[in-house]
Amino acid sequence: MRPRIGGDRLLHVYTWILIAWLILPIAVMILFGFNDPQGRYNQTWQGFTLKWYGEVFALEALTDALVVSLLIAVATALIAGALGTGMGYALGRWRFRGAGALNLLMFAAIASPELVMGSSLLSLFVSLGAPLGPVSITIAHVMFSVSFVAVVVRARVVTLDRSLEEAAADLGASGWTTFWKVIFPIILPAILSGVMLAFALSIDDFVITNFTAGTTQTFPLWIWGSTRVGLPPQVNVMGTMIFAGGVLLAVLTNIRSRPRKKAA
Amino acid sequence: MDRVKRTLSPYLLVLPGGLWLLLFFAVPMATMLSLSLQEGDIVNGFVFTGHWQNYVDSISAYQTQLIRSLVYGAITSVVLIVLAFPVAYWIAFYGGRKKATYLFLILLPFFVSFVLRTISWRMLLTDDGVLLHPLKEAGLLPADFQILGTATAVIAGLVYSFLPFMVLPIYVALERIDPRVVEAARDLYASPLTSFRKVIFPLALPGVFAGVLMTFVPATSDYVNSELLGSSETTMIGQVIQAQFLSNSDYPTASALSFTLMTVLLIGVFAYARALGTEDVMKVAAR
Repeated sequence: MRPRIGGDRLLHVYTWILIAWLILPIAVMILFGFNDPQGRYNQTWQGFTLKWYGEVFALEALTDALVVSLLIAVATALIAGALGTGMGYALGRWRFRGAGALNLLMFAAIASPELVMGSSLLSLFVSLGAPLGPVSITIAHVMFSVSFVAVVVRARVVTLDRSLEEAAADLGASGWTTFWKVIFPIILPAILSGVMLAFALSIDDFVITNFTAGTTQTFPLWIWGSTRVGLPPQVNVMGTMIFAGGVLLAVLTNIRSRPRKKAA
Repeated sequence: MDRVKRTLSPYLLVLPGGLWLLLFFAVPMATMLSLSLQEGDIVNGFVFTGHWQNYVDSISAYQTQLIRSLVYGAITSVVLIVLAFPVAYWIAFYGGRKKATYLFLILLPFFVSFVLRTISWRMLLTDDGVLLHPLKEAGLLPADFQILGTATAVIAGLVYSFLPFMVLPIYVALERIDPRVVEAARDLYASPLTSFRKVIFPLALPGVFAGVLMTFVPATSDYVNSELLGSSETTMIGQVIQAQFLSNSDYPTASALSFTLMTVLLIGVFAYARALGTEDVMKVAAR
């Protein structure tokens, strides 16, 4: 049933070319973490060294920025995880007045340009005279990631078999017990992937953070600021470590969830 | 009592998140709208005067950048469709058991910080960088050739940044096509090309639309790529808005521009949502 033109083989090659192109800048990032630049600019290859891996935390301001990013991402993941789970569960489980409006609000928050969300938040904070810093950044990050968590959880909740709840009720479980003993374990993987998504969105965000940070430096903001004065190789090392950690985590969770899928 | 609790529970669950979105998404938009109609400056403060002239002034002052952004965004989306469709098609129809692996490879850039990725991309395009230097040495390019600072560099950066957002929705749409539909077309003597044109492509269109939505909006409003890869000739509206907000503190002008940009983009988005539903976008977002 394949097209006889042999297009599939051509497309296969093309797919790999595109993947190579996507990976090329990542390879550059990894490579230049091993570079031994003489001046301030880590732009041309000048020799192999491992010293930046030893001195990865030597730049205090950069390390501080990374820590700030991590703390904000954890706070965002927890808050957006809790609020998004509530929304996702309610939207998947019940029909209620206002659900349509909420869906619209969530959709608008997902589809709006980050630039506009960031600048409008700055407008609000400026008008209120509110201080900018880690708190305003976290508020912003929860705002743009909560809908994603809700969407992920809702997608899982709508596929729940209602007879499970009925069975639990028949066995005398209260609504509360049914939720924690039956429903929650089933939707937990969706909640966790929503939480991880919120964490990833938060730690990588540049645009909205740029508007809501004031003088606070996060990892992406610090990198952005240093493009003018020359990017130190430590940034490449940190980028490589985050990349490796993320890939490892993704591969591990995928392997772990595979046998379960087969059993189901 | 139990019934009251049951009718109340969705509202109690939705309230904190909904309130957060209302307070920090909807209210800021209203604040920005109000700010865009104010007069004054950062030293003496701003006063609401219903000053529509802000819109007229800022749009006429920055129409070049505004139109340029829309053009760059549109070109980016079109290039992305052309680049992404064959890949999504191959993974969906020939990926076999390795589908997940291919999708994972397409998503690899997301494990690197967006700003850092763009900087690495700039290093590739830089005048005597890893890519251009060998080509110049070999005499394939003139010594003074440069990409950085041109519209090509900015659009190439945008295409690179948002490629996965085009592959995924098209893949989702193609993946949902029942192979029996294609078989039926073949049984009715449609050539491979005809069955692609008349069956597969129309069924993939919702995915293409979702992809356009997910790439056109961020590409048009992006300022990281144009700042790092472009020059004063390629300034996009995002750079203007960012500078007006963060450097010049000209909040009314910046707000008016930001609101104009959003209105233009959201008209497109909601027209799309009305015509085709938001299901596809939400589904992709959920992945």
